[in-house]
Amino acid sequence: MSQEKNSQEKSSQGRLATGRWNASLHDSLFNKGAAGRRGLTFPKWDGDPAAADLDGVLPADTRRAAPADFPALSEPEVMRHFTGLSNLNHHIERGMYPLGSCTMKYNPRVNEQVAGLPGLADLHPDQGPDDIQGLLEALKLLERSLCEITGFAACSLIPAAGAHGEYLGMLVIRALHVANGEPDRDEILIPDSAHGTNPASVVIAGMKPRTIGSRPNGRIDLDVLRAAVSDKTAGIMITNPNTLGLFENDIREISDIIHAAGGRLYMDGANLNAVMGKTRPGDMGFDVVHMNLHKTFSTPHGGGGPGAGPICVTEELAAFLPGPLIVDHGDGTYGLEQLPGWDGAAIHTHFGNVGVCLRALAYILRNGGNGLTRVSECAVLNARYLLARLKDILPVDNAGECMHEFVASGKKWKTEFGVRTLDIAKRMLDYGIHAPTIYFPLIVEEALMVEPTETESRESLDLFVEILHAIRREAAEDPDILKGAPYSTPVGRMDEAQAARQPDLSWLGPCNC
Amino acid sequence: MPYVPHSSEDIRAMLDVIGKKEIGDLFSHLPENVRLGRPLDLADGLTEEEVRRYFRKVASANHGQGELVSFLGGGVYDSIIPAAVDAISSRSEFLTAYTPYQPEVSQGTLQVIYEWQSFICRLTGMEVANASMYDAATALSEALSVALASNRKKAIVLPATVNPRYRRVVKTMMAGEGVTVIDVPAGPAGTIDPAVLAGAITDEVGAVVIPNPNYLGLVEPVDELARVVKDAGAIVVAAVNPVALSLLKTPAEFGAELAVGEAQPFGVNPSWGGPLLGFLACTDQHKRRIPGRIVGRTRDNRGQMGYVLTLQTREQHIRREKATSNICSNQGLNALRATVYLAMLGAGGLQALGEANLTRITALRRRVRDIAGVSLPFPGPVFNETVIRLDKPAAAFCAFARSRGVLAGIPLDGYAGCGPNDLLVAVTEKRTAAEIETLGRLLEEFLSGEPGATEVSA
Repeated sequence: MSQEKNSQEKSSQGRLATGRWNASLHDSLFNKGAAGRRGLTFPKWDGDPAAADLDGVLPADTRRAAPADFPALSEPEVMRHFTGLSNLNHHIERGMYPLGSCTMKYNPRVNEQVAGLPGLADLHPDQGPDDIQGLLEALKLLERSLCEITGFAACSLIPAAGAHGEYLGMLVIRALHVANGEPDRDEILIPDSAHGTNPASVVIAGMKPRTIGSRPNGRIDLDVLRAAVSDKTAGIMITNPNTLGLFENDIREISDIIHAAGGRLYMDGANLNAVMGKTRPGDMGFDVVHMNLHKTFSTPHGGGGPGAGPICVTEELAAFLPGPLIVDHGDGTYGLEQLPGWDGAAIHTHFGNVGVCLRALAYILRNGGNGLTRVSECAVLNARYLLARLKDILPVDNAGECMHEFVASGKKWKTEFGVRTLDIAKRMLDYGIHAPTIYFPLIVEEALMVEPTETESRESLDLFVEILHAIRREAAEDPDILKGAPYSTPVGRMDEAQAARQPDLSWLGPCNC
Repeated sequence: MPYVPHSSEDIRAMLDVIGKKEIGDLFSHLPENVRLGRPLDLADGLTEEEVRRYFRKVASANHGQGELVSFLGGGVYDSIIPAAVDAISSRSEFLTAYTPYQPEVSQGTLQVIYEWQSFICRLTGMEVANASMYDAATALSEALSVALASNRKKAIVLPATVNPRYRRVVKTMMAGEGVTVIDVPAGPAGTIDPAVLAGAITDEVGAVVIPNPNYLGLVEPVDELARVVKDAGAIVVAAVNPVALSLLKTPAEFGAELAVGEAQPFGVNPSWGGPLLGFLACTDQHKRRIPGRIVGRTRDNRGQMGYVLTLQTREQHIRREKATSNICSNQGLNALRATVYLAMLGAGGLQALGEANLTRITALRRRVRDIAGVSLPFPGPVFNETVIRLDKPAAAFCAFARSRGVLAGIPLDGYAGCGPNDLLVAVTEKRTAAEIETLGRLLEEFLSGEPGATEVSA
């Protein structure tokens, strides 16, 4: 009996079984179509006939030797190819997507509609203020809204992603110290539970990351912190709530220690979805925060981007934000301005991911202040509810006080059943849900980081619990079911070692793998 | 609340399970000294129709390229976007999925990225491409870091003919990494002078940027330049317009080891400059050094061929402070749009696209060259963009043309040896003969100082 059939029988338990995906793998685009077919044509040139004679317009030594080897397909073939591929994806509108730290909430369709309007989507970046008064008004409203949500004085919408916001935040802190005549203040403290981008962003901004150990719950140890600060301390990067989903209760004391040492505090706002309307980074004593608009503010993740990572800063740091800055003239008109400090410097070709910013504004307007507060309340409610229902089978340290996500450990399953967190995650895919984030943060053994988000209903959370109970029963009866999973998905477990050993990164023909 | 499913009965039942009375009690452990203690000072929530109405008002206060006739370029172009692109990219399966961490349920996204990589490799002639970057400027910065990491040098040459916006981003990022940036001015032909370049490449220089076409729209003498760079032992990093690669020599053909550019013209809305779509490609020897996501093919445990994210040991969640880049995302949805666009274009369309651009810029140059008060300062070949020199300030002409509904171009004052009377004018396959004629008449009218009534055919 095949492994697949075997598991199908064992896993068929009423409404939990999802059956096979109604989708099959697709041949490469480069293996489809036939010479002479074409999906896109251009208007015929009806002007100066001499201009259409292109002989010698480009000298032979400037031209490519042979045309690029593209496939040739008609529009129906193109549509069928990509629609077929789309059917191989899990996505938010298919089922739960509880990736911890990623905030996979529902992406409202009206956001897409308004960002695509003529007059917004078709603006060229070299169009000046006179042509974009509406856009500037909207972006200013977004800046002000983000400042109110985070408790800060000024905002830059330019960073194109969270990591890009971290980079800008580091540049701004660095610029402050340089302006204060302290260029040697270049050390940024980072707890070991932080996202991996934090230390990388510090390095590319020209500063030195210094890792400090955290307590077992991921919180910062004040004694360790006091011992770590010095006249080299430029600042600290803290994720709050931290990557274990726990609020940093000593944040005011941490802020006092860092500020007394001459440093500034950067908040990684990846987890802002937990605290809107409850507490604000500015009130906690931070100096800079970045927000992930594609997490908290519902803009789509798009298979990996584009997102946006605006930062908000204190009055003190506002002088170091990059231009162009949007200026409200107070008479209903808006302009653009460069601050002298950024003369000749920039972090993006233009103004960052404007289209993503507009989507986030649509979300903020739709929710209003009370709605955003409700978002955070229900995000925490969902996480706490799941935790309460799961803690008997998936243990979590500090279970009582998690915010919008929690990190469970598969350690007990490993000792009891011999299955790893990876096996649990893969088996979840058979039940029609996406797996949580696994093996992060590094400080929890066999970690499963679960963030349900507020857009999941109670029934959806109950289904998640049922699925985990079903998987646990399987693990107890026959752990091989988990180890061989998934079975119902379009492909099974991939040989990632082979992919890295002999990289096949562009289509040259059938795979030799 | 618009997107939260919970009824008050749901909330009560869930709080019972948790053992709390009120939803606010879930936050009771937050320290007193950080609580907000008041409602957020934001307007009340709107209905969906009210949100639409607000954005319609905002959009109607703008004047986009759909309403005006645009000759703006400089890296972002008013290109034709087929309906298939929006149809595919608005599918929830692509729109709302995340980075393909679980390949078993992400083969759609993974195969699209692999096909994007394959298209970029075929366009550039390079062996490897990543899953995309924020924009061309950040892609160029990252490519230079890769080159310097490979030869352990600490300086680059960044010629004045590179897009000035890319130059600003590169200089900012290189400053953080302690890299010296050496400028080379534009030569009299508007391109880089190989002899001047040779003199600028010191022993410390590890990489040289060669733009093609350059910011002035001109095709650079890429073979000579690349020879100079290689003779000096440095690496060529090409910054290219991917549309022009329909016809122009590929970065691989002129000896670049890394190639970057802005793929926005392949089906991505300009949206006032973002989100854009940077690409980064390289020769095989740099594949384990480039940043960003990369998709590769492999087999699953059923013997089927499939796709995975690969070479992840390069990435910062593993390398942390040893990482040379903090990139951990890609412009996935825009890469999808470009992949659909390129599939629609196909082999025949790519050639036609290049010829349509070349025909229109040739027509534009032929139309304006004999107008009194207009000259074409650089005679070299161009692809879809050209400098025209007026005998009056270019900014004044732009204001005049704008009053007639035409975005005439980008004034070049102070850039790459250009003065206040120089204007950068771009066309795409979308510009019509009538629109180019309009630009010619507006120039005649403006330069003759006799206001007429040139009709704008938008």
